[in-house]
Amino acid sequence: MPHFDAAYNLARWLTRSAEDADDMVQESYLRAFTFFDGFRGGDARWWLFSIVRNTCYTWLRKNGAQELMEFDEAQHSPASNALNPEDLQLRRADRETLREALEKLPAEFREVLVLREIEDLAYKEIAEVTGLPLGTVMSRLSRARRRLQELLAVPAGQES
Amino acid sequence: MSCKEIQGLMDPYIDRELDLVRSIELERHMHDCPSCARLHEDRAALRTAIGAGSLRYRAPDTLKKSVQAALVERDRQERAPGRWRWFRLPGPVIAATAAAALLIAIWWVRPVEGALQREVVEGHIRSLMANHLTDVPSTDQHTVKPWFAGKLDFSPTVKDLTAEGFTLVGGRLDYLDNHAVAAIVYQRRQHVINVFVWPTSEGDRGERAAVRQGYNVVWFVRSGMAYWLASDLNPAELRQLAGLLIR
Repeated sequence: MPHFDAAYNLARWLTRSAEDADDMVQESYLRAFTFFDGFRGGDARWWLFSIVRNTCYTWLRKNGAQELMEFDEAQHSPASNALNPEDLQLRRADRETLREALEKLPAEFREVLVLREIEDLAYKEIAEVTGLPLGTVMSRLSRARRRLQELLAVPAGQES
Repeated sequence: MSCKEIQGLMDPYIDRELDLVRSIELERHMHDCPSCARLHEDRAALRTAIGAGSLRYRAPDTLKKSVQAALVERDRQERAPGRWRWFRLPGPVIAATAAAALLIAIWWVRPVEGALQREVVEGHIRSLMANHLTDVPSTDQHTVKPWFAGKLDFSPTVKDLTAEGFTLVGGRLDYLDNHAVAAIVYQRRQHVINVFVWPTSEGDRGERAAVRQGYNVVWFVRSGMAYWLASDLNPAELRQLAGLLIR
């Protein structure tokens, strides 16, 4: 099946649960094949990503994922401006630490990071998958990285 | 540019999405500003860490199998709708549907052709979804036609129909009706058209058309070759291409 691992990876990161990711992927593929008419050429991977994404978001909303309801661009950004880059000592992050930090981010941040860093999509492609304006993709990605960096950082001098 | 502006451009810069002029400006600034250089270093380190961190989850094989099974099941259901569905429909509708189905069955779809239609449309969808439209991408008929030689035991007609508005995109080997077939790919506007060609023992037969899973299919037999066209292009233009192929 085309792009199966990529679809699974996105669903796994959005749901943060192996079991739920299974359901999301299964549902997405059935939808993809049923509504194949909705696909009008182009890269099938983006199209599939957008189906997985919509399926996961529906699920997140239904399952009371508060992060989605409470997500607010403004709320998630201004405090970070106060941080001086020099205060951020990037901890040598192993895989588990990274994984945990990434999972702590709101779904909207996880999504852009997964699409950019793991799936290596360009900004334009992320905009296509998420239906967000290019500028929003850019700023969201920037904030997501900033948040991730803060989560991974320890105050200078305390690095073990 | 101020440090604040630089910081706003740091991510597009790292992602290689920043234009050249501003990239150079940013690099100059970082050269003189340790604080921004440090930010760049951190962000780049973060990217490397994520990139190298093998954070990708692999789909379990059991899931692959179960999704495949679900798709096969769905396909089967669509081909033979469960009987219970009929009970919900009023009598006249069932009668009319049955009559129409019978007519279609008699006039259009011999059992073999029904299965072939499905195969052809599946072949068409597969070529789009798997990102494997052509083995030999070329708009030149003199490149595409020889490419098939040695791969097939027949030589399909490949025509340049650009003047008529059908652009040759390339050729591909496919497998239909239990043998290897030539798939010649044309494009009209945004619509991709797969023309499947293979030898047949049947005599010449005129065009027939059907709609399957939202795709238009046109097929005919000419000079010992079966031609099957599949596309989301409208039926009229698909028939036009059919006419051009044997002109």
